Amino acid sequence: MVFAVEAPAVLGNEAEPIIRLDRIWKSFGRLEVLTDVSLTVQKGEVVCIIGPSGAGKSTLLRCINHLESIDSGSIHFEGRPVYRYIRAGRAVTDSDKRIEAIRAQIGMVFQSFNLFPHLTVLGNVTEAPVHVLNEPAGQADERGMAVLRKVGLAGKAGAYPHQLSGGQQQRVAIARALAMNPKVMLFDEATSALDPELVGDVLRVMRQLASEGMTMVVVTHEMDFARDVADRVIFMDQGAIVEQGPPHIVFTAPRSPRTQQFLHSILNRNGNLDGSLPPEPIDNSGQATTGGHHE
Amino acid sequence: MFSLDDMIQFLPSLLQGAVLTITVSLLAFCLALACGLATGIARMSRLWPLRVPAAVYIQFIRGTPLLLQLFFIYYVLPYVGIVLSPFVSGVLGLTLNYTAYMAEVFRSGIQAIPKGQWEAGASVGMSRRLMLRRIILPQAIRIIIPSIGNFFVSIFKDSALVSVITMRDLMFSGQLLASATYKHFEIFTMVAAIYFLISYPSAKFVEWVEMRLDVARRPVVLGIRT
Ligand SMILES: Nc1ncnc2c1ncn2[C@@H]1O[C@H](COP(=O)(O)OP(=O)(O)OP(=O)(O)O)[C@@H](O)[C@H]1O
Ligand SMILES: [Mg+2]
Repeated sequence: MVFAVEAPAVLGNEAEPIIRLDRIWKSFGRLEVLTDVSLTVQKGEVVCIIGPSGAGKSTLLRCINHLESIDSGSIHFEGRPVYRYIRAGRAVTDSDKRIEAIRAQIGMVFQSFNLFPHLTVLGNVTEAPVHVLNEPAGQADERGMAVLRKVGLAGKAGAYPHQLSGGQQQRVAIARALAMNPKVMLFDEATSALDPELVGDVLRVMRQLASEGMTMVVVTHEMDFARDVADRVIFMDQGAIVEQGPPHIVFTAPRSPRTQQFLHSILNRNGNLDGSLPPEPIDNSGQATTGGHHE
Repeated sequence: MFSLDDMIQFLPSLLQGAVLTITVSLLAFCLALACGLATGIARMSRLWPLRVPAAVYIQFIRGTPLLLQLFFIYYVLPYVGIVLSPFVSGVLGLTLNYTAYMAEVFRSGIQAIPKGQWEAGASVGMSRRLMLRRIILPQAIRIIIPSIGNFFVSIFKDSALVSVITMRDLMFSGQLLASATYKHFEIFTMVAAIYFLISYPSAKFVEWVEMRLDVARRPVVLGIRT
């Protein structure tokens, strides 16, 4: 059962979607992780992907920048087929150089930050601009400081990652991606590894990015964020897109029973849509998450 | 039993041997460091024409004694028209041997770096080469240094084996003197002392390098702002 899989009309925009996944399949050994998934992302759009653990959300995201390769189907970036595709009846694999050039335009933020521990905060941010884009060091530093200011961490430029809190590390990771001036940002559960009181800082940065028109594909368990920020919410389950649409529809009137069930379980855990989702162990004090004033 | 005269008599030739021991060891060590890194990386290559020969080479070298490898280079290669001097044979043998062991150390050090580091590098458009150089090796080196340090100390001692292919290193010089004078006790005691005088400072040097790297790993903690 697949509901409303076609992309919504976005501002009557006739332009080519920035990302187009066409009928992609992916398995790990015998485990089918993505089964015939199609997805388009328009420029400036914020797409949130939700779904139960093991649904294939991360894998889908990682296919977009070729951290995982697909078994069949095709991926288009700005209208051109990328990574592996069929051209004139022949299978083509992009050169490493071309793959790297495409990845340089797609920012990614990982659940586990993956900062470079041997580099300072500023070093993390300027590493790729200097060595991939061959930007002069002075200019890269200046732009690096600008993105750090944007994520509120200019004061930590000289610190090393291990000296920062998780929330700060994740904001550095966002800055590192932004320093490449990406055309799209991919977020894979960017707040799931954080203590609840640190989630807000990261979400604030993500909201700001969205408001500035950044194209974003966000895998998240933060239903508030998805509801407030997403142009489109996608519910995935068992390797397929089950349902998608504007957040007010998907959250309030989901058509698929699987979506209903998933939202039900999330909202039950959560108390209500206004609280932020607690991480793994649920405290049974029955206390609704109303205390939003941390720090 | 020890006479100062004897010592003064033996010392110059032993020291000459020691200089050769140090030269051979340092040369082989530096070459093996570079070749070991290259072989270790080849061993992990995505291209089988690099990966398979590297793996075979490593297994082969680790599966045979260094002594035999030296014999092969010095006594067997001439049969196929390759005649090398004792010095070149010795350096080559030690280098080939240490390359295999260092390759494995580099490989395990590189593989100890979490996959997320590669993925983060890839996600900002870095090439594998660039990631290796800028992200992975600088982190792996801290894991690798202690093993490399052990090699640095042990190569001076392993180099004694080159005496079997008539290289006039410290060991060989000692043997020559001993068979000429029959003063085994004095001569080999002196040889031992000289080996120790080489190994001990190199062990200290390794400790010093490790300490310095350890300090670099823990940068001064900044005061928390804001
Ligand atoms: N590299 C891999 N090798 C083998 N199986 C994998 C690999 N990566 C993911 N899988 C499996 O593929 C399935 C989908 O994984 P994926 O990480 O995409 O799910 P997800 O929707 O992101 O889940 P979660 O919410 O737990 O992060 C899971 O069953 C997972 O165990
Ligand atoms: Mg995931």
